[in-house]
Amino acid sequence: MKPIALLQVLISGMLFGLGLTYATMVQPEVVLSFLNFNDFGLLLVLGGATTLTFVVYQLVPRIAKAPLFATKFSTRPANERSRTLLGALIFGVGWGLSGVCPGPAIASVGAGNWPVLYALGGMFVGAYIQGRFFSAK
Amino acid sequence: MDWSSIFPMGMAHYLIGGLLIGAGVSWLFVSTGLMGGASSFLTTVWTYVTKDERFNTSSNVSSRTWRNVYALGLALGALIGVRMLGLEMNVTEVSPWQLAIGGLITGFGVRLSSGCTSGHGICGMALLDLDSILAVLVFLSTAIVVAHLVTAFGGVA
Repeated sequence: MKPIALLQVLISGMLFGLGLTYATMVQPEVVLSFLNFNDFGLLLVLGGATTLTFVVYQLVPRIAKAPLFATKFSTRPANERSRTLLGALIFGVGWGLSGVCPGPAIASVGAGNWPVLYALGGMFVGAYIQGRFFSAK
Repeated sequence: MDWSSIFPMGMAHYLIGGLLIGAGVSWLFVSTGLMGGASSFLTTVWTYVTKDERFNTSSNVSSRTWRNVYALGLALGALIGVRMLGLEMNVTEVSPWQLAIGGLITGFGVRLSSGCTSGHGICGMALLDLDSILAVLVFLSTAIVVAHLVTAFGGVA
């Protein structure tokens, strides 16, 4: 990847991390407050992010032949439906227990929310266990 | 309808934050054509320390550099928000065991599912991908049930 493209990746990640922090998603209490039906703000965050991304994903490939700093628009890789849904079920258990999902876990390191490192560390180990012991290939 | 009853902390910061997140994911696509969820990073970092072929797939190895940079950006954006823009951030009081065990289960689940709140939630739903939409409904449902159970048994909420 060209350095100029990697710089765009960095900028994209920074916007993402700033948005998570602005929306207080780097605080597990706020996420748990949604999951307990005390504050539905998380739906506004997810809705705002997804709506904007929806417009861009749907429109941009129709009006531009290629991205600005690469040769083609990629797609999300396919995964078996049963794996996707079983994984989502398991992920939901972890998310409901901790109030932390992967994006905010990484952003929390920058935000200085140090105890979330327990969650991030757990995620690395959990992903390793899944790949090492429960993955055919 | 009394909005303050379901949004006691207000609505604006949630919407603006969500749009910033969307702007980041959108700019990634417009500038590089990539679709950026966060969870793949949990797998691609392992390609540096293990020779296991289940981690060292060609797509994991070829995407690990930009995923590292993306993760660095996530942390850097949050750092700028707190240190330079003065955004409020309260250090969590959720217990370490809840964070660690929850994290472990999350890491396992998102790798099996090939996506999390950003990969399925933002990118997959923006593509109107049926499996991603179903995945979001499933993980939201189980998370809501588990969080209610934790609260019922006296955990932090």
